[in-house]
Amino acid sequence: MAYSDKVIDHYENPRNVGSLAKDDANVGTGLVGAPECGDVMKLQVKVNPDTGVIDDAKFKTFGCGSAIASSSLATEWLKGKTVDQALAIKNTDIVAELSLPPVKIHCSVLAEDAIKAAIADYKKKQDEQKTGTSVGTHAQPTA
Amino acid sequence: MKLPIYLDYHATTPVDPRVLEAMLPFFTAHFGNPASRNHAFGWEAEEAVEGARKQVADLIGANAKEIIFTSGATEANNLAIKGVAEMYREKGNHVVTCVTEHKAVIDTCKKLEKQGARVTYLPVQKDGRISLDDLRAAITDKTILITIMSANNEIGVLQPIEEIGAIAKEKGILFHTDAVQAVGKVPFDVTKAKVDLVSMSAHKMYGPKGVGALYVRRRNPRVLLAEQISGGGHERGMRSGTLNVPGIVGFGRAAELCRLEMAADTQRLSKLRDRLNEKLHKNLDEIYINGSQEHRLPHNLNISFAYVEGESLLMGINDVAVSSGSACTSASLEPSYVLKALGAGDDLAHSSIRFGLGRWTTEEEVDYVVEKLTSVVRRLREMSPLYEMAKEGVDLSKMQWVTH
Repeated sequence: MAYSDKVIDHYENPRNVGSLAKDDANVGTGLVGAPECGDVMKLQVKVNPDTGVIDDAKFKTFGCGSAIASSSLATEWLKGKTVDQALAIKNTDIVAELSLPPVKIHCSVLAEDAIKAAIADYKKKQDEQKTGTSVGTHAQPTA
Repeated sequence: MKLPIYLDYHATTPVDPRVLEAMLPFFTAHFGNPASRNHAFGWEAEEAVEGARKQVADLIGANAKEIIFTSGATEANNLAIKGVAEMYREKGNHVVTCVTEHKAVIDTCKKLEKQGARVTYLPVQKDGRISLDDLRAAITDKTILITIMSANNEIGVLQPIEEIGAIAKEKGILFHTDAVQAVGKVPFDVTKAKVDLVSMSAHKMYGPKGVGALYVRRRNPRVLLAEQISGGGHERGMRSGTLNVPGIVGFGRAAELCRLEMAADTQRLSKLRDRLNEKLHKNLDEIYINGSQEHRLPHNLNISFAYVEGESLLMGINDVAVSSGSACTSASLEPSYVLKALGAGDDLAHSSIRFGLGRWTTEEEVDYVVEKLTSVVRRLREMSPLYEMAKEGVDLSKMQWVTH
C-alpha cells in the first residue's frame, strides 16, 4: 500500500509523542481501541483551567502508520484550541489532511474518539474536583 | 549489499539462472506441442516434458508416471480434493483437514461442504501441529480423504506427515498433503510419508510461476481422480490443457537443483536463520517465536514483537521485504488465521513478522535486518501505550478496552 507523504512524515517524525501526568486534575486522558483489533491510542490534553485552552497534548499509539499519523496530527491540532473547538474536530478532517484511503478511515475515527475521550476525562475530573469526589483515570483494570 | 533485501521466500522465489537457461530454448527453437505425436517438433517437446517429469518425481521418490502437471499448487490442491470427493462419492463424503491449511485447501473444502460433503477442521496445538489423537477421533467410516499440509506457509511448522500417513493407511483412507513449502527444502519421500497425493509448486523452489504438479499414487493403492478441467485428455486424463513446456522444463531443472543442493542449502540457511533469531533475542525483550522451533522449516522464522503493530513495523523497515500477520497488511483486514489458531491472542498476530530466507540470502543481509529491526522496534515501543502500560505493571489482558 502506498502511503501519502504526510502519513510518512508523521510516522517518521511524530509530533508530541509522550505522556502527561495522568493524575493531574488539568490533564484529560483518552485510551481507545484494543490490542486484539490492532490499534490502541492514548491521547492526553492539558487544559488551562482559567482560559479553557489546551496548552499541551501528547499521544502514544500502537497501530499502523496511518493510526500513528492520525494521532500525531490530532495532537498538533489540539494545541491552542479551546475544549469546545477541540470537540469540533471531525475524523473527516483528518482523512482529508492525511489523504487516508478508505481502508484507513477507522484510524481517523479512532483519533476522533481519542480526542473526545480525553476531553470527557478532563471534564469529569473538573466536575469531581468541584464536588470533591475522587479522581480516576479513563481505563481501569477490572478486578 | 543491494537494497531492498528480499526475505519473503515463502511468498515466491526468483528463478535460478540455471533454470532460466534450461527454459529459454523451449520458447523459441523447441516450441512444439508435446501432444503432436506425428512430427519432430512434438517429439522434442514431449521428450523435454518427460525428462522434467522424472526430475520432479526424483525429488520426492516417486515414479515419473505419477506426476500430473498443473498450473500451480492451487490447482493441484483443487484437483486432489475435488477429484477424490467426486470419484469416491459412493464410498463416503467426509474429509479431514486442519485450520491452518492454505486457503487453496480450506476454501476448496468449504466448497465441498456447500455441495453436501462433511469436513472436519482439526485444531492445532500451541506449537502449530495437529494432535494425532484428534485425527484418529475425527475419522469415521465415511471418511475418504485426509488433507494436511507438510509445512505451513506462515510459521514453517512441519506436520507429523509420516504418522498421519500411517494412520491413513491403517484406516484405508487416502492422504493428500499440500507440500508446497516443504518439497525441495526438506527431505520428502512419498513412500516414507505413506502419502497418496502431493501438491507442489515450481515458483517456491526457484522455478517459474504458473506451473505446479500433483503426485498421484499409481500403486498400492491406485488413486483415481475425477478430472476438474475437461478437454483433450492430457496428463492421463486427469488434467486437460496443452502443457506449459518451458514452465515444466524449468520446474524439472529447479527440482533437480533442489535435490542436489538441498543438504548444503539447508545447512547454510538454518545457520543464518538461527543467527537472525539469536541476534534479535539478544537485542530485544518480549519477542516470541510463533510455532514449534523443533519441527520447522530451516529457512523460516515467525516472530511477534510485543507492543508493536506489524504494519507500522514493516513501514519502518521499508528496504526489507517480509510479511506480517497484522490485519492491516491483509486484504481481509483480519489478523492471520494461522497465528490466531495457535491461541496466543490476536494482539500477537498483529505484531508478527514472517521471515523467509532463501538461496541468495547472505549473512550481511541478516545482520542489516537485525540492526534495522532493532532500532525500529525500540522506536515504536517508545511510542506504544501498551509498552508503557506493561512497564508500569498493568496487566493488559485484564484491561477493559473500549473497542470500536
